[in-house]
Amino acid sequence: MKYEAVIGLEVHAQMLTDTKIFCGCSTKFGSEPNTQTCQICIGMPGVLPVLNKKALEFAIRTGLAMNCRISAYSRFARKNYFYPDLPKGYQISQYENPICEHGYIEIVVDEEIKKIGITRIHMEEDAGKNIQEGAGNYSFVDLNRTGVPLMEIVSEPDIRSPKEAAEYMKKLRTILRYLGVCDGNMEQGSLRCDANVSIRPIGQKEYGTRAEVKNINSFKFVEKALEYEIKRQIRVIEEGGKIIQETRLWDSNKGITESMRSKEEAHDYRYFPDPDLVPITVEQKWIDEIRASLPELPDVKRGRFVSEFGLPEYDADLLTSEKAVAEWFEETVRSGGQPKAVSNWMMGDLMRLLNEENKTIEECPLKPSQLADMLKLIDKGTISGKIAKTVFDEMYKTGKDAEAIVKEKGLIQVSDEGAIEKAIDDVIAKSPKEVERFKAGDEKLLGFFVGQVMKAMKGKANPRMLNEILKKKLT
Amino acid sequence: MELYSLGISELSRMLEKGEVSAGDITASVYKRIDAVEDKIKAYVTLTLADALKMAEEADRDITAGNKKILSGIPMAIKDNMCTRGILTTCSSKILKNFVPPYESTVTSKLIESGYVLSGKTNLDEFAMGSSTENSGFHTTRNPWDIKRIPGGSSGGSAAAVAADECIAALGSDTGGSIRQPAALCGVVGLKPTYGRVSRYGLVAFASSLDQIGPITKNVMDSAILMNIISGRDPMDSTSAPIDLPDFASVIGMDIKGMKIGIPEEYFLEGMDPEVEKAVKDAIKTFDSLGAMPVKVSLPHTGYAVAAYYVLATSEASSNLARYDGVKYGFRAEGRDLMDMYMRSRAQGFGAEVKRRIMLGTYTLSSGYYDAYYKKAQQVRTLIKNDFDNAFRNVDLILTPTSPTPAFKMGEKTDDPLQMYLADIFTISVNLAGVPGISIPCGFTSENLPVGLQLIGKHFDEETILKASYAYEQSTEWHKRKPNL
Repeated sequence: MKYEAVIGLEVHAQMLTDTKIFCGCSTKFGSEPNTQTCQICIGMPGVLPVLNKKALEFAIRTGLAMNCRISAYSRFARKNYFYPDLPKGYQISQYENPICEHGYIEIVVDEEIKKIGITRIHMEEDAGKNIQEGAGNYSFVDLNRTGVPLMEIVSEPDIRSPKEAAEYMKKLRTILRYLGVCDGNMEQGSLRCDANVSIRPIGQKEYGTRAEVKNINSFKFVEKALEYEIKRQIRVIEEGGKIIQETRLWDSNKGITESMRSKEEAHDYRYFPDPDLVPITVEQKWIDEIRASLPELPDVKRGRFVSEFGLPEYDADLLTSEKAVAEWFEETVRSGGQPKAVSNWMMGDLMRLLNEENKTIEECPLKPSQLADMLKLIDKGTISGKIAKTVFDEMYKTGKDAEAIVKEKGLIQVSDEGAIEKAIDDVIAKSPKEVERFKAGDEKLLGFFVGQVMKAMKGKANPRMLNEILKKKLT
Repeated sequence: MELYSLGISELSRMLEKGEVSAGDITASVYKRIDAVEDKIKAYVTLTLADALKMAEEADRDITAGNKKILSGIPMAIKDNMCTRGILTTCSSKILKNFVPPYESTVTSKLIESGYVLSGKTNLDEFAMGSSTENSGFHTTRNPWDIKRIPGGSSGGSAAAVAADECIAALGSDTGGSIRQPAALCGVVGLKPTYGRVSRYGLVAFASSLDQIGPITKNVMDSAILMNIISGRDPMDSTSAPIDLPDFASVIGMDIKGMKIGIPEEYFLEGMDPEVEKAVKDAIKTFDSLGAMPVKVSLPHTGYAVAAYYVLATSEASSNLARYDGVKYGFRAEGRDLMDMYMRSRAQGFGAEVKRRIMLGTYTLSSGYYDAYYKKAQQVRTLIKNDFDNAFRNVDLILTPTSPTPAFKMGEKTDDPLQMYLADIFTISVNLAGVPGISIPCGFTSENLPVGLQLIGKHFDEETILKASYAYEQSTEWHKRKPNL
């Protein structure tokens, strides 16, 4: 029997607000434990939450970017459970009336566009962290993270393969980063992913029993964890067993998922509307303002890069995966760079150099205009493409402009016919055997002659002229 | 006349004229506390050192010509309102060592107005009860008969005002906790409209019902305190962004033509005949003042207690989850985390609090939510509609505050349901969110005070205060003092 997977993802995204969702504490990551807390996020008696308007705005921004309906009436609910990192004994979340519903995003799988439904996006507060230190029979609690605003983005069970899930996660991350609402760092936990997975025989309409896989804490594990879980479920079924509804934990060291708790052991969170927070009513005017302030989103940008700049899909996709990269590209083109050439240099040499130093495009020592100016030198024939590689590396290293480097190092291309001819004549005179073999039909030797001439001219010969003259001389 | 026996406005006048100092008043109140507190047990914590400092500051202000509205006035604060650096226990063992590092909004406003904190008063643990017998520490006695309870949960505040152990007090009211003890102690207790007064720093019992209000010796003082504590607070989303009137401005206006609704559902078969008579006499007094008593109906009254005990306990079960021994308050050692949780809560909470946590946990449980919590919310809407409908025809609604005068200690402790019914006339007001006051309207043959309740429209405390003052000025009840 052939099976297909049915996958829905629940993604938690930490919002990039300066302050927490219900108090004025900083959200900065990595501070000393319990230094970013106050009576409100610690849950002391008598304190009350007040909603951070920026968090609401970020949720609406995200909802609009993901084609959601923004609820005119929305409210917070309490999710009740006991845990030391949850100081109030409940998490303020949204349950019955989330801020965003009924959206979708598009992913590309095997060159086909596929819509993945977004069931809902809701706001909630993050919990703190329990820290295990030393061998004692106790843990420490750090409440710095308590109250950091989160969005939970819940997809429809529209995903059919681990690859689609990975594409969905990538797309989600790209959109969140475009919007500036989340930094999308899975390793640091600012983006977290839980997956609901079931399988069914191909052709069957009904869903199978699903398992929830938690703790997928890196991009590279999204596919691996799901592949494992799907295989596990197929094996259980084929061995005559039954999938049980349960929560499973992904163990990245062992590369497997393990049962954490069954449905029977699941918490009863006793959700009810939080009486400390008034219902949220969002005016259409504000929604319109937020919509108007949305940046150009990656899908639109990618399409425009194809139609406006004539880039191949592959280039457009890569260049638009990060907003800052796309902006660097456009800035370079605006400074006079020919789009495809800019794309080639960015995807090739620039990315290589940045990756070597683990730098992002924001930290790039080069200005877009510097790359554009260098490309102009190539176009004018001042330097060859080959020399440009050296110039580019030097430019990156020193921050100097291409023209200055070319002058300083005497890298200007020689387009003087006489000089090139003379160099060719010298090489031909020194290589009678090779000339003979070439004339006998060994055309591969053309490269040898080009190399020898270039060597003699320190790489500065105009390659087009060199080729033309050489061919003339040899035939 | 001893200074401690006076009210805010009289003392303010004397301070203004330089006839007394803030130090004199505080000394007088503390002399009274020394004399009667052993009998009454109104306080959980006395704050003499703070009081003296605050009185000194008040005297400095007054000398410098900067007298504030409450300069030098000693007030008692129910011990469920957070006071920075001062024990705030909620009369619970689980918070018996809790010292808040922050000040509640209401007490911040009192501080800005120059008040003197006389101490923190006793209550039923976490404000859950009608007699202070659920206090984790001790039971407060009714100043009119120390074998009887003062009512609750703000029994400490009401008894302290009645026994002149303070000039005025703040209480909190979730289902009658200001009005019922005010009635049983013969003082004035006002529960403002939900949203009128900030709850920030009030330790939550049932967040959608809790409201802070004044307990005073007379109606004028109630209006003075309302002017101070009311208003939108950016720290409390549920505080209403509504302009504030001058509550004292209506004091002394006549009430001719005012329509006062008398709901038949509040005059029950079998209610205490002396209470019934006192309230019916009060209706006659209103009539003689030119107001017009009108029959009204609040048909869903009979469901109020049931709906209240579902909603209040649901919210309480969640509000009290934070007392887990992890961060502050009482912690019992345990074998592991779960054991520590269970022992801390088992030893830290009293029986009534545990009962309500269990009830509320049950009513919110998956599978029961619709039958209990949701249904109770629907009933709440019906009760609110009852009031909206009645208020189309009348300006105020008049009822007894409590079906009985103060009962004896221990009389109802074995029967929680009987205890719950002590709030039968006050609970609907919290469910509807409307304001209500209790003012003295007579005494029983055993010399126990009887209170009447006036209920107003949303955010119309002015009409309540206007009518209350008019009634008070035409009677002598508020002038009687218990014989201690």
